[in-house]
Formats: sequence, C-alpha cells, structure tokens
Amino acid sequence: MLIDVHAHFLHDRSPRLDWRARNASRLRAGERVGITVHVASILGSWGATSPIYFPSPSDIEYGNDFLLQLQRSNPARIRGYAVVNPNFTSHALAELARCLDAGMIGIKLAASRRANDPLLDPICRVARERGVPVLQHVWQHRRREYPGQEASDAAELGALAARHPGVNFLLAHIGGGGDWIHSLAVVRDLPNVLVDLSGSGVDGGMLEECVEAVGVERLLWGCDLTIDTGWAKLRYLEHMLTGDELELVKWRNASRIFPPTAFPTD
Amino acid sequence: MRIDVSAFVGAYPFRRVPGTSPDALLRAMDRIKVEQAWVTHLPGVFWRDPAAGNPWLYETTAKHDRLVAVPAVHPGLEGWKDVLGEAKAAGVPAVRCDPTFYGLDPTGAEMLALARACGAEGMPLMLAVRLEDARQRHPNDRAGELPPWAVRTLVRSQSDLHLIVTHADRPFIEEVHFGSTPEESARIWWDISWVWGPPEDHLETLLGTIGVERFVFGTGQPLRLPETSVAKLDLLDLSKEQRAAIESENIVTLTPSEARGKGRSSNRATAPSRSLS
Repeated sequence: MLIDVHAHFLHDRSPRLDWRARNASRLRAGERVGITVHVASILGSWGATSPIYFPSPSDIEYGNDFLLQLQRSNPARIRGYAVVNPNFTSHALAELARCLDAGMIGIKLAASRRANDPLLDPICRVARERGVPVLQHVWQHRRREYPGQEASDAAELGALAARHPGVNFLLAHIGGGGDWIHSLAVVRDLPNVLVDLSGSGVDGGMLEECVEAVGVERLLWGCDLTIDTGWAKLRYLEHMLTGDELELVKWRNASRIFPPTAFPTD
Repeated sequence: MRIDVSAFVGAYPFRRVPGTSPDALLRAMDRIKVEQAWVTHLPGVFWRDPAAGNPWLYETTAKHDRLVAVPAVHPGLEGWKDVLGEAKAAGVPAVRCDPTFYGLDPTGAEMLALARACGAEGMPLMLAVRLEDARQRHPNDRAGELPPWAVRTLVRSQSDLHLIVTHADRPFIEEVHFGSTPEESARIWWDISWVWGPPEDHLETLLGTIGVERFVFGTGQPLRLPETSVAKLDLLDLSKEQRAAIESENIVTLTPSEARGKGRSSNRATAPSRSLS
C-alpha cells in the first residue's frame, strides 16, 4: 500500500491544453511506482479565470466538481481534498459540506489567506467535526511576500495548529521550496502537524532531518508535481528505515489521519 | 554501465550534508549501481582559488578506481593555464568552472579565454547551472545561477569547445538548444538531474525534441539524492540502447581514453605535483 498525500489533477478549463495527458501521465507513473491512492486537489481554474492561489468561488466549485468526477471514475485510485478560499467564509463552509458529503476526505488550503489568520478557524472547526485533515500549502521559511500567493510558513501553520489541537495538519511539500530546516525546527513539538515529503527538492540529508525532527510517525509520503522525486525519496527511505517504519510513511500514518473509510484496506 | 558525471566530495559550507566523504560516495554509488562517478572537490567551489582543492581531489581519486577527477579551473587567477595543463596531463575527462560561484562574468573575457583553451586542448568544460534550489539557499549564498545566454555565448565562441552542463531544467535546455545551430548544440551534453519527470514529463519531451544523444546521467550527489536520476529513467519507456546511451555511452564518446578506462582497469590518472597555493 502506498498513498500519495499530495497530488493534483488538471481539467478542461485550466490553461493547459495538455491537461488530459498530464492526468494520464500521473496515473501511469503512479502504477509504475506502485501508488495505491492519489489524494489530490484541484486549485480552481489553475489560473485561467482566477489566480491559482486565490481561486474564485465559482472556479473552486468547478475544480472540486471535476475532482469528484475523477474520484467517482477512479474509485480505487483517486481521493479528493476539498479546496476552499477562506476569504469567502460562507462559500467555504458550504463547499466543505458539499464536498465532504460527496466523499472527499480532506481539506486543501492553498495560499489565499495566511495560515494563522482567524478566517481559517471556522474551516478548522469543520475539519474537527468531520474528522478530516487539512493540507496547508507552505513556503518553507517565508522571509518576504511572494507574488501570486499569500504564502504561509511553518510558524504560521504552527499557530493555527496550536489553536486546533484536535485537527491534523499536513505541512505541505517539505521539498517544495524554501528552507526546510526552518520548518522542521518549528513543527518538532507540534504533534498535530505531519510533514508531507513531497516536492521537487531531493536534498541530501533532508529525509534524515525529517525523521530526526518529527519521527517516522509524523511523516507522510507524497509527490506533488514530480513523481520522479517522490519515487527517489521512497527508494532512499527503503534503505534508511526498517520495514515497519517504512510502512508508516508509505500509508499507515495517512490511514490514521484520514477518515476510517478513506482507503481500500480500511 | 552507469556513469555519474556530476558528483562531489568534501563538505558543503551552507548546511549539513551527509555522505560527503569518498567512502560514503562509493557506498551511495553501490546503492544505485553507479560504476563510476566524476567528482569535484565541493568546498573548492566556494574557495577564492577553487583549484586549490585539486591536489586533494587528484590524490583521492588516485586511491579509488571508480572515482574520476573533474578538477576546477578559475580563469581569472594567475596560473590557470598551468591548472588546465595539469588536468590534461592527468587524463581527466573534463574540467569544471562555475563562473557565478567564482565571481566571474559568465560571458566575460576570462570565461572566453577558458573556452578557447579548453577547445584547443580538446578538454570538455563542465558548468553547473546551480547546486541548490534558489528558494532555499543560505542567506549568504548569493551567487547567481548560470544564465542560458552564457552557455550560448561560450559554445558560439569556440568551434571546438565541448560543454557538459549540469543541473539545468527544461526551459534552460530548450532555450540553449533551440538558440544554437545544430553544429553548436551537438557540442553540448546535458545531465538529467534537474529535469522533471512525470506528470510534467519534461525529460520525456526533451528526449523526443532534442534527442537522446544529448543527455548524460548525472546526480549532483551528495547534495541531492542520486536515486532521483535513476527514478527518472525508470519512469521512461526507453529501449536498452537509449538507456545505455544516457547512462554511459554518450559521455564515453566524449571523454579521453584515460578516463574511460578508469573503473575497468588499473589505468589511473596520475596526480600532478601542483602544490597547494
């Protein structure tokens, strides 16, 4: 069993003409790697009619609907995170109810609002009530503002996680850009923050420091935009961890934080 | 046979990196089934005189059949032609120069002089676009990334110059390749370490548009997990011949016989006598 906790799919209203090919490539590569389930999100229109990290309510609905369709057409392999924009509180809460009722298994917060902002609290309350985790897009050690997103770093996610100890948070793509050493130091003592290993970064020493900082019980395997780097990390972990430890990272930790019926073996 | 053309030995100044010793590198090579690695002295990249790390590099590679020296040349320092001559005498497969790390203009007079000399000597020149993701580098690690126009300028400057460019991504490679004549682009080899695999399929695209013959196997280890480059290839549907071309044959056709033989026999490059300066 291998669960990719950080996947994405494209759709026909995204700017990418090759959206079908990219989706097919993800599934094809997943088969080769041995990915059992891709837990995915679609960030609105991927920039076509609203910004990727500031998706409009209508784009959010279209993206979530498309992902629900994918989940229904690939029930064994695809699961969805409900994407919401916390700036539209009423819409976000309604969208969460709709998507979670329809079978999505988590919440994806991109970078529409800083993670420590009070506007995220009602969303986290829903996560607590529904027993689903929150995947928070993170810029590892954000030293400044970045165009196109209101990025958050581990410290800002940590503040949110401290306010909601009953919710599990995934710190997104530790290898996805920025100073991961900073993030690991921040989340070390936050038991409800798990580290998602995805991202194109494959720095030597990063996995060792992840294990050292949060232990294998709080690591989750994933790919995000690059399945090759995900596979590389998995192969390295096979040398680095015991069999039981590896199982935790591959799927058991995910199985623990997502709803009980989320994955096939449950 | 799998040859890693882009590996390093020695400590990295900007963060803790495991596996930087020659023995650790050899263990990593065993893990991913790399027979031979071309190595540069990593601390030297950041020294005022990068070539000062070459004596240790020669000494180290002389002790290990599977490690091949790629010494550094700083064309802005007095005596750099001697450094190149020593490299030639040692039978190394390439020399490297990372101008932005050395504080050199990558298209300036010093680099053009190095390009002339490497061309005249038949010595391939290796350059890295980057060593780490720009988004995570140490605040004091401020060297710029190698720009694509530098590669175009260098390859145009000398018709007998051969370049090995590591850590380049798809846009960089495409900009240089399609911004060069077929004759120019045929003198550039790209390592696959920074090119994305699926679902974006950048490597698959490049192999189709630019050609398998232009790509070589490199990892950037130990700064990067070497498993990544193997995984990229394992995710492609390559013929046995195509895979062999990328993993070793393309680079073997470029390299001097002395280096080619290393790792298969006791034919070792001789350590030059240049003292630390």
